[in-house]
Amino acid sequence: MAASILRRSLLAPRCRAGDVAALHSGPSRRRAQAPGPIASGRRMGKSPAGERSVAPWVAVVGLEIHAQISSNSKLFSGSQVQFAAPPNSLVSFFDASLPGTLPALNRRCVEAAVMTGLALNCSINKKSLFDRKHYFYADLPAGYQITQQRLPVAVNGSLSYSLCVGGKKNQMVTRTVRIKQIQLEQDSGKSLHDDTRSQTLIDLNRAGVGLMEVVMEPDMSSGEEAAAAVRELQLILQTLGSSQAIMAEGQLRVDANVSVHHPGEALGVRTEVKNINSARFLARAIDYEIQRQIKELENGGTVINETRAFDYKLGCTIPMRDKEGKQDYRFMPEPNLPPLILCDNKSLPANTNHQHVVNIDWIRERLPDLPSVRRVKLVEQYGILPEHSFTLLNEDGLMEFFENVVRQTQMNPKKVIGWILNVMLGYLKQHNLTVQESPVSSLFLADLLNLLERGTISSSAAKQVLEELWKAEGKTPLQIVEEKKLELIQDQQELEQICQAVVEGHQEEVMEIKKGNPKVLNKLIGLVQRTTRGRADPVLVKQILEKRLSQ
Amino acid sequence: MRKCRGGRMWSLRFGRYLRGARSGGASYWGGLFPGRRFTQAASGGNAAGDPRRRGRVYQNPTWQHVEQRPLPEKKVTVEVLDHLERLALVDFRNWEGVQRLEKAIQFADQLHAVNTEGVEPMDSVLEDRCLYLREDNITEGNCTEELLQNARETVEEYFVAPPGNIPLPKLEERDTFLQVSE
Repeated sequence: MAASILRRSLLAPRCRAGDVAALHSGPSRRRAQAPGPIASGRRMGKSPAGERSVAPWVAVVGLEIHAQISSNSKLFSGSQVQFAAPPNSLVSFFDASLPGTLPALNRRCVEAAVMTGLALNCSINKKSLFDRKHYFYADLPAGYQITQQRLPVAVNGSLSYSLCVGGKKNQMVTRTVRIKQIQLEQDSGKSLHDDTRSQTLIDLNRAGVGLMEVVMEPDMSSGEEAAAAVRELQLILQTLGSSQAIMAEGQLRVDANVSVHHPGEALGVRTEVKNINSARFLARAIDYEIQRQIKELENGGTVINETRAFDYKLGCTIPMRDKEGKQDYRFMPEPNLPPLILCDNKSLPANTNHQHVVNIDWIRERLPDLPSVRRVKLVEQYGILPEHSFTLLNEDGLMEFFENVVRQTQMNPKKVIGWILNVMLGYLKQHNLTVQESPVSSLFLADLLNLLERGTISSSAAKQVLEELWKAEGKTPLQIVEEKKLELIQDQQELEQICQAVVEGHQEEVMEIKKGNPKVLNKLIGLVQRTTRGRADPVLVKQILEKRLSQ
Repeated sequence: MRKCRGGRMWSLRFGRYLRGARSGGASYWGGLFPGRRFTQAASGGNAAGDPRRRGRVYQNPTWQHVEQRPLPEKKVTVEVLDHLERLALVDFRNWEGVQRLEKAIQFADQLHAVNTEGVEPMDSVLEDRCLYLREDNITEGNCTEELLQNARETVEEYFVAPPGNIPLPKLEERDTFLQVSE
């Protein structure tokens, strides 16, 4: 199985959409426990020219994540930060790099960076320095970007994330990736390429917006792990409020550095994959790049240290134009900015207002609960499984929905979670809606579950009601139940009469059961259900029938 | 946002902080760095003797002449010149320009004569000043027309640029590289 996938991928030189699925599922199926080696070799059929290596390949993936800081104004100037605005309307003279302008650092951005550093277990540098990184591009009007290369704000942290492994994806493991540093830097403007008129249109609304660059050590070895780590970081940033981290709006940009090597040997040449704008594409892009490099090396070629872009339509990475080899950025200290000094409770001078200086301990006290802590609390409070709490937090707004339902219903949370994760989430995914767009409110779902819990309706009837509710015609669950007459028959007498009628009408089946074929009982139950149009409680019906037949 | 008029940005920033300190009261570093006393150092005046007490300007020269000969003479190669021209878009134009560059490098190499063992490098002359943190308020923007006035070509409020970086032609093809001076 693995061999045929390899053969297909090796013999197909151009990437096709169908191959991507094979390429993506290949490694994860072959690997029993990640991060295991990707087995190559043992190919049947003809192999292309090149050595027949049986040694496993190990991929090394490192990420550089740029998160746009959620603030009112930009990092060094007082212009507004807004996603969609008329071009060049949110630009100050400093952002346009007109001569004679100077940067003035935004305190909110420093606080956001410190919060993120504390949440990722980093040590915060009390003194950090700003540098200039020089390169020429039309969307960088100054010709340099102010960043922190020598001494960033936070260093040496860690990020723990969970992912599902195993054949059926039901085993959750926790991995950790080390954070090398978190630094503050400026964003560049936006360029729109107009190839018909051979020009580029520059919009500087985004130039100068504060970014947090999170540099991770290359501890990951697959696209899946990278996607899980990015998702966890996204949740942390959204919980802290330091960034809204919406990848679709470009507030979270990920660049992946991918290389492959044999375990025990030196690290291979790495390539950088840019232009990934969703978490789904991240996993695919990295996996494609790993396979491409393995293929290249097995065919006797070499991997060039280059920058590649991910084309999501074709599902493959292509070399980027306009990137000339290895850049020399000529880093120099930013002369207009003295060192950034942060204090904590010990070094805080007396009589200073907390608004003039950034106090690390003050921020640490006010950190909200991180996602990992919230998951543990959910498990403790409601008795649900860790996998469930993972899914709850993963979907935007699902946890609040779940808690609202639990609050308004008498049903056990362990049963509610089944309804939420299996039924509701299934419907939402089917119709491609977010939790906020759900046509069924938490109140209605709670009412429905109450009806079910009290025994007013059966579980299959409940599913019918939910389907009706999904149409969002404004009817409450009770109204739908009454309209469609879905209530369970409460009257014992009526049920016994119906069972009696069925038993009398089907004497052959009764004979079969008495002979010792109990499965025919199900047919009788089915007949009762048909007569009552699904309004009989199957357990009760079975009891009555068995009592009748044993007489 | 501070706009400075004139070339001496440093003294302007110094001046503001100086004024702040003299007015007392609401200065940030009233108690921030208790070890250092900020003296009115701009006026040199009678600063003989202890510079800490009477000002930062020394009366007598303290620098020494450095012998040029022991310093290594570095020649700048053509590859380095090409690399610099590509990176910084400077045009050395002719051999006189290159010689000026070499003299400048030699001048800066005098720093190697100083023993800097165990001394922390200085990043900024403002190293004992606090970096001013401003509030997260919107104070600028909405000057699209003024900004676009500077551009030669605009399309619907966008700046227009060529489709990508136009790289410098290769060394052999450049005709302005290192012309012989007249």
